[in-house]
Amino acid sequence: MADYTLKIRRFDPESGEPAYWVDYGVELPPERSVLDGILQIKDREDASLAIRCSCRAAICGSCGVRINGKSALACNTRIGDAAERSRNGSITIEPMGNMPVVKDLITDMEAVHWKKVRRVVPWLLPAEDPPENSEYIVPAEAMLDVTQAMACIHCGVCVSACLSLEVDPEFIGPAALAKAYRFVGDPRDGEHEGRLRDLAADPHGIYDCTHCFACVEVCPKDVAPMDQIMRLRRRATGDHEIKDDNNGYGHEKAFVSLVEKYGTLHEAQLLPRSFGQGSLVRGQTEPGAVKQLVESLPTALRGLKSGKVSPKKALIHPKLPDQKQVRRIFKEIESKDERLELNLYIVGENAGDEEGAMAEGSGET
Amino acid sequence: MKLAYWPGCVSRGFTPELHGSVAKVAPLLDLELVELDRASCCGAGVVAEHNQELVDSLNARTFAMAQAVDGAAGMMNICSTCQGAQSECQERLDASSEYRRGVNIHLKPENLSYERQDGWWNKNFMWLLVEEIGLDALRDKVKRPLEGLRIAPFYGCYVVRPTKRLGFADHPERDQYLDQIIEALGGEAVDYAGARKCCGFPVITMNRTTSLRQAGRHLADAIDAGADCLVTPCPLCHLNLDMQQPAAASFVERDLDVPVLHLPQMVGLALGLDPKELGMTKHVVSTKDVQRKIAQLAAAA
Repeated sequence: MADYTLKIRRFDPESGEPAYWVDYGVELPPERSVLDGILQIKDREDASLAIRCSCRAAICGSCGVRINGKSALACNTRIGDAAERSRNGSITIEPMGNMPVVKDLITDMEAVHWKKVRRVVPWLLPAEDPPENSEYIVPAEAMLDVTQAMACIHCGVCVSACLSLEVDPEFIGPAALAKAYRFVGDPRDGEHEGRLRDLAADPHGIYDCTHCFACVEVCPKDVAPMDQIMRLRRRATGDHEIKDDNNGYGHEKAFVSLVEKYGTLHEAQLLPRSFGQGSLVRGQTEPGAVKQLVESLPTALRGLKSGKVSPKKALIHPKLPDQKQVRRIFKEIESKDERLELNLYIVGENAGDEEGAMAEGSGET
Repeated sequence: MKLAYWPGCVSRGFTPELHGSVAKVAPLLDLELVELDRASCCGAGVVAEHNQELVDSLNARTFAMAQAVDGAAGMMNICSTCQGAQSECQERLDASSEYRRGVNIHLKPENLSYERQDGWWNKNFMWLLVEEIGLDALRDKVKRPLEGLRIAPFYGCYVVRPTKRLGFADHPERDQYLDQIIEALGGEAVDYAGARKCCGFPVITMNRTTSLRQAGRHLADAIDAGADCLVTPCPLCHLNLDMQQPAAASFVERDLDVPVLHLPQMVGLALGLDPKELGMTKHVVSTKDVQRKIAQLAAAA
């Protein structure tokens, strides 16, 4: 048994008062959960403290909160660990971020999370009618690639942690986009390209993710939503060559081709390149490129003015020795028919030194 | 300490003052750097988005070159983004000997091969300072304590998340190092909301509004917390926080005017180097006020 202090953010919309903090003492063994602590307070001190919970075993996904600022399931966080990571010994507990608070630790999942999930059409749109008196049959390997996205329990913890959502509430967000990949990666779905075109064209879609790993860090089920967003991008650009108004397609193509050509990246050429391999003057640009060029000019000029970049440096790429080897590796790998991929979610870390650990293609062909 | 040194792309492109300041600071820390000049871009997440085998092969090649440097204790990078992208590849390469064999096929024509070796590491300068040099040793080398300088740490996503991949099990305080270094150098670490958030750089060409709202918000938070400057171990964060700062101001509808230092510049200042030789005159947001404070410290010493 140990004593812990839980500093909980309280809020009651009916009171008309702003949110406030209250310290509560609880007594629990360190291996018990933060949720156990909250329930002890409800039981012994203040029954009006509101929290949503059910299974207490990280299955139902109801008890998402922020513990010491980090989004997590309360039932999935040991109170002893939380105390170790707290400042000055008291564990702070707040409702999840990026969504409205209903009362105390309960947030409105409908207003943000479920609305966004519906946005991605979260059901199968079959390519054809099911066989008569039967169901669709797919080989088990074909579904491996989407098992990670399917592990989502819709707790909203990633939505709470998302740093893009924090500045752009219209971002479709990590949970909904992971759900989108669940269907884009499903061989039975007939609308892969349509789904991807929709998500690539939306200014708050797949190219609005800032690649910050916040969702990967907090997900209690290791769904790695950001990885699913990267898979959506890979399919949008690689498989369907979808050119979008956000210039996500152009950016990836330009980046990869510069690394192929020079070995290293040359930012001064990245922007003009990402407008397209064609001539800017003749209008052979990617969609949205001219607007971006105009917007980025002041920044480029500031770089020149501060002495960071010389005009020569802006135009001529530094040559590194032996870059033909990099080009050779590009050629070898890009000419292969099948992508060699290792998905650690499927094979497990350190399990890989055994036979058969490699998931060739991982279903992504 | 001899190290295989991977400077990355941006430190030799748009933030040459970073590469330059490392060259000045390394000898003062007894670091002998062997530059991996044939190595390629880490992919920064974008090549990974394009093709996993490709990005793993390119970084396995870099690791193999580093392992071939005779007598090197390990590999050092100076960019949070390189650290994150390379750690991601290393995690996969180390997980499966079969996968490693598949990747090493592409390195064979150069007689290179990446081998999983216990004890071999790739650490960015921030990790290296704390774990290999040590805060006490660093403190002993300080010639000009940064007294009175209020410095807001900006870590960059790729050295703090995901903790599982980034060795936090063995080094649980890796998300505190920048604060610890600031204090070891005699400065005051400023506590503010944005220290471990995203600078917005990865979407600067794809979604300027999201990108610069992020940069602007963190800069504003640091200013409101009383920071004289920010410091970052990531040159990409530096691009969005310094170079884009005048543009970011309009996205948060307020004035922003706070200098952003590279980590080696801050270390160099405390070790007695001159702001000019650390490239501090090559920033978009003027570092004049920081330079003035440093000059006063020097006068007092």
